[in-house]
Order: sequence, then structure tokens, then C-alpha cells
Amino acid sequence: MCKKAALSRGVCAQVRAGPVFSATATRLTHTVEPDAFIELDKVSFAYGSRRILDGVSLRIARGKLAAIMGGSGSGKTTLLRLISGQVKPDSGRVWVDGQDVAKLNTAGLYAMRRRMGMLFQFGALFTDLSVQDNVAFPLREHTGLPDTMIRDLVLMKLQAVGLRGAAGLMPAELSGGMARRVALARAIALDPDLMLYDEPFTGLDPIALGTIAALIKRLNDALGATAVMVTHDVHVSLNVVDEVYFVADGKIVASGTPDQVRHSADPFVRQFVDGQPDGPVRLHYPAEDYASQLGLGGRHG
Amino acid sequence: MADSSSRNLFAAFGHRLIEAVWKLGFVCRFFAAILRDSGASLRRFPLVIREIYFAGVLSMIIIVVSGMFVGMVLGLQGYSTLVRFGSADALGALVALSLLRELGPVLAALLFASRSGSAITAEIGLMKATEQLDAMAVMAVNPIARVVAPRFWAGVLSMPVLAAIFNVMGIFGGYFVGVTLIGLDHGTFWSQMQNAVDWHTDIVNGLIKSLVFGAAVSLIAVFEGFDAKPTAEGVSSATTRTVVTSALTILALDFVLTAFMF
Ligand SMILES: Nc1ncnc2c1ncn2[C@@H]1O[C@H](COP(=O)(O)OP(=O)(O)OP(=O)(O)O)[C@@H](O)[C@H]1O
Ligand SMILES: [Mg+2]
Repeated sequence: MCKKAALSRGVCAQVRAGPVFSATATRLTHTVEPDAFIELDKVSFAYGSRRILDGVSLRIARGKLAAIMGGSGSGKTTLLRLISGQVKPDSGRVWVDGQDVAKLNTAGLYAMRRRMGMLFQFGALFTDLSVQDNVAFPLREHTGLPDTMIRDLVLMKLQAVGLRGAAGLMPAELSGGMARRVALARAIALDPDLMLYDEPFTGLDPIALGTIAALIKRLNDALGATAVMVTHDVHVSLNVVDEVYFVADGKIVASGTPDQVRHSADPFVRQFVDGQPDGPVRLHYPAEDYASQLGLGGRHG
Repeated sequence: MADSSSRNLFAAFGHRLIEAVWKLGFVCRFFAAILRDSGASLRRFPLVIREIYFAGVLSMIIIVVSGMFVGMVLGLQGYSTLVRFGSADALGALVALSLLRELGPVLAALLFASRSGSAITAEIGLMKATEQLDAMAVMAVNPIARVVAPRFWAGVLSMPVLAAIFNVMGIFGGYFVGVTLIGLDHGTFWSQMQNAVDWHTDIVNGLIKSLVFGAAVSLIAVFEGFDAKPTAEGVSSATTRTVVTSALTILALDFVLTAFMF
């Protein structure tokens, strides 16, 4: 029923209350490794007829900080959307803490998300709320805490991202990098068990970048949270993460610990780590032959 | 040749028709979802109050001014027609009945659709385009309960009040033209009106009409916003669709309701 893609996409996603399977029933049919917090098993996903992910499998242990790297448009954000249950795989399974995300009903999905924080690639701050109300939003919605306590928690989160002074500003008054730091403060407001960061370092100056990288590391170590971080910043992230996955052509093409990555001879990995323009990763979106599209084909030789 | 082009025309028409039926189906499911999730938002009534302020209170100026002018025009036109039949005394009744039964609910709803319906669509559409609705859902807050339902109920509750204000201002305008400018008798104007207006057939039915229009306009506005393509053009065409669809729906519903009521 929801195949009618062009029409009413959003409504369809919201109105559809997923099939009712209990989490316990699914757990019986699948023995998740005891330490795996996130597990993708041969996940394939397409937007319409365009295949984005094609049989992706990965396993991230509880408490680990994993990085996902890959070219622009390779499907990294899509991977996070699958983990958070915003889209469902066409085939394969996504498990988060032993639950099959695609089989959760709406209540189950929301229960899982209450323990999850997500930093969106473009921040996605609520434009009608001030910075402090944005950060307070999840606290007000999900805790019955008194206003004074919420205010203190908000100031602590904003202090952690270095923006306590911006508490009274509106999102329109922030720079791009500031907006993303506010979004980060909002994502960590409830001290989630699972953090999904979509490019947390984009648009940050070196000082802010170091601060945020340390914050992400500290959240993982101190709270024991599991985190998945999409990033392009190879050198900073190799210093903080526990493992790295490289995505290309819809597949995981390489993975390993930061040390393995640094010393890898894999051409994919080398191209990323050394930032070379030529290599297995193509910069260009698939297209017809450049010369022929410019009209310089065979005729003129 | 002619055969294939007429077949194409037929196919295009069929395509549009199927799309329309699909969309109607989505609207119905969306409406069901709003009703299902309304409990939570009605319990947090401040959310609805806030939207009543944006949709209802801020529409007051246009409603007051338009109501006034419509009443004044009714006064002028009504007088020039009635005086030919020597029944200018009935001006009060004419103004009040036209407003209460038809013009109040219909015109107030048309104004509400273009002033507030379009704003609601644009706001929700932009929230969708900038991933704010996604972010909310990922924070385990249902956007239908938090964003859509309060705006829907604010529209439903505001509309009858706005229509009533429109009526009052219209009667006031008619009085101003009839009594103050033309010089009809003050007492006759009011007593004719009081005799002609029936509580149930005129006032209650008018209120029912504006409730129905309010629900229709609000549903169209929130649906178009939620369904907008998440781009600038998507939001702009959704806003246009809200105004056009609302206007047509109001007029069609008015016909149906009038046929049943009077
Ligand atoms: N809503 C959508 N509808 C259709 N196609 C989409 C949609 N979102 C993404 N895509 C396509 O899916 C592919 C993967 O998108 P995705 O956002 O996951 O890439 P990404 O790896 O996060 O890229 P970037 O590093 O630029 O953010 C892209 O080629 C894009 O064209
Ligand atoms: Mg991305």
C-alpha cells in the first residue's frame, strides 16, 4: 500500500503502524552475540529502484565507538536511518540491543528511541524554539523533572559543547558549526545508551573539533554508551574510535581497528587515509561518458 | 491518430482520477491517525492554546475588517432592493439571516483558509523539509501528536468563534449603513431581526457549518504540510494547494449542508 512512492511518502511512513511482533518472540529466533549492541545482517536497501546498500553486515559491540567512512552519497546516512528505524531494510535484518528494528511496532520503536540520541547531518534544530528550549525538548517530553532542574541540565549540556553563552539565541542566529553543536547537546540531553552521530565534525574550527571529539569519547567511556559516528575526518576520528567501517558501492569494503587502518595496504583504506583523488573510490556519481556528453564524441576524433 | 490522442487523454484523466482517490485514502488514514493521537495533545492543552493564538487570534483583524465591510455592502444592496418593494424595514432581518446562515460561516472559513491554513501548511512543510519532523520522531516524540494534532484542534475550535465575530461585525456594519447613514428606525431594525432569527435553524446550523468548515480546512492544511515534498518548491505548491482545495471544499460542503439543513 505504501509503494505509491511519489504520493504521500511522509504520511505513509507515519501512519503505518508496523506489524505487531513482540520483541521477545523475535529474540527466540535469533541468537544475538551477547556483546553485540548493533548488528546488521545482509541488509539491502533501495530508494525506489536505486540500490543504495547491498548486503551490508556489521556488528558493533556494546560500549564501542565505531566510525563509518565512505564517499559522499555512499549510503552512510542511510545506514544510520536504518539503525534508528526511520527506514526499513528491503531484505536482511537490523538488530539493536537484541530487537529486530523493522519488526517493532510504533510503541516498541519509540521505546527504543527513548534510549537513543541522534545528531542529524544538518542539525535539524526546531526553528521556533530557542537554543535552550531545543536542548530541553527531550527532557520536557520524556522526564517529569521540575523546570529548575531541566534548566540546570540544559546549561550543563550547553557548557559541554561550549555554547552556554548562546542559550538564549534562536537557531536562525547561530552559525552552521554552532547549530551542529547545539544539536549535539540536544542529542545527548537524555544520556542515551546509543548515540548516532552524522558527521559531527563538519564545519567546526580545529579547537571546537578537538573539544567535540573529546566529548564524544568521554560520553562513550564515562556512560558506557555505544556509538556510531559517520565522519570524513580520518585523522581525528582514528584517535577516538574503536573500530572503522568503510562503505563503498553499497557494501562494507574494509573494516578494522584504528591501528589496522593506519597500517593497512588495502587500496580503499589507503585512498581514504591519505586522501588521494585516484583510487578505487570514484568521486563521480555514475554518469554517461564525459566526452560524449559534452558533444566531443567520435565524430571529431 | 485521433484515436490514440483521445486514448491518451483518457489515460491521463484516469491517472489523475486514480491519484485523487489515492490521496483521499491517505487523507482518511491521516485523519484517523490524528484522532488516535489527539488524546495526548488535548491533555497538554497549552500546546493547543499556543496554536489557537497563531491560527485564531492573529486572524481576528482580517475577520473583523472583512465582516464589517460585508455587512455594510449587505446594508446598501439590501436597502436598495427592499425599498423597491416598500419593505425597507426588513433590512435588519435580511442582513442577519444572510450572515448567520451563509456568509458568516463561508466567508470566515475562506479567509481562515487563506490566512491561517496556508501558514500551517508552510510551517509543517518547512519543518519536514528541514528534518525537524524526523528529528522529533527519532527523539521518540510522535510528530502527529506534538505538531499536527494541536494545529488541527486549534483550527476546529477557532473557526466557529471567528465566524461568530464575523457575524457580529457584519450586523454592526449593516446597522451602520441602514440606521446611521440611511436613517431607518433603530427599534424596527432590531425587532425585525429578533423576530426573523430562529435560535435553532439559523444560529445553531450556522455554528455547525463553521465547525465542519473549520475541521475541513484544518485537515487540508495539516495534511498538505505533512505531505509536502521536502523542498522549497514542494512547500510552495503545497501552500497553494491548501488554499485552492480548501476553497473548493468549503463551497461544496456548504451546498451539501445547506441542502440538508434548510
Ligand atoms: N530520500 C531519498 N530519496 C531518494 N534517494 C535518496 C534519498 N536520500 C538519499 N538518497 C540517495 O541515496 C544515496 C545515499 O545517500 P546518503 O544520504 O545515505 O549518503 P551519505 O553517504 O550520507 O552521503 P554524504 O556523505 O554526502 O552525507 C545518495 O546517492 C542519494 O542520492
Ligand atoms: Mg550523509
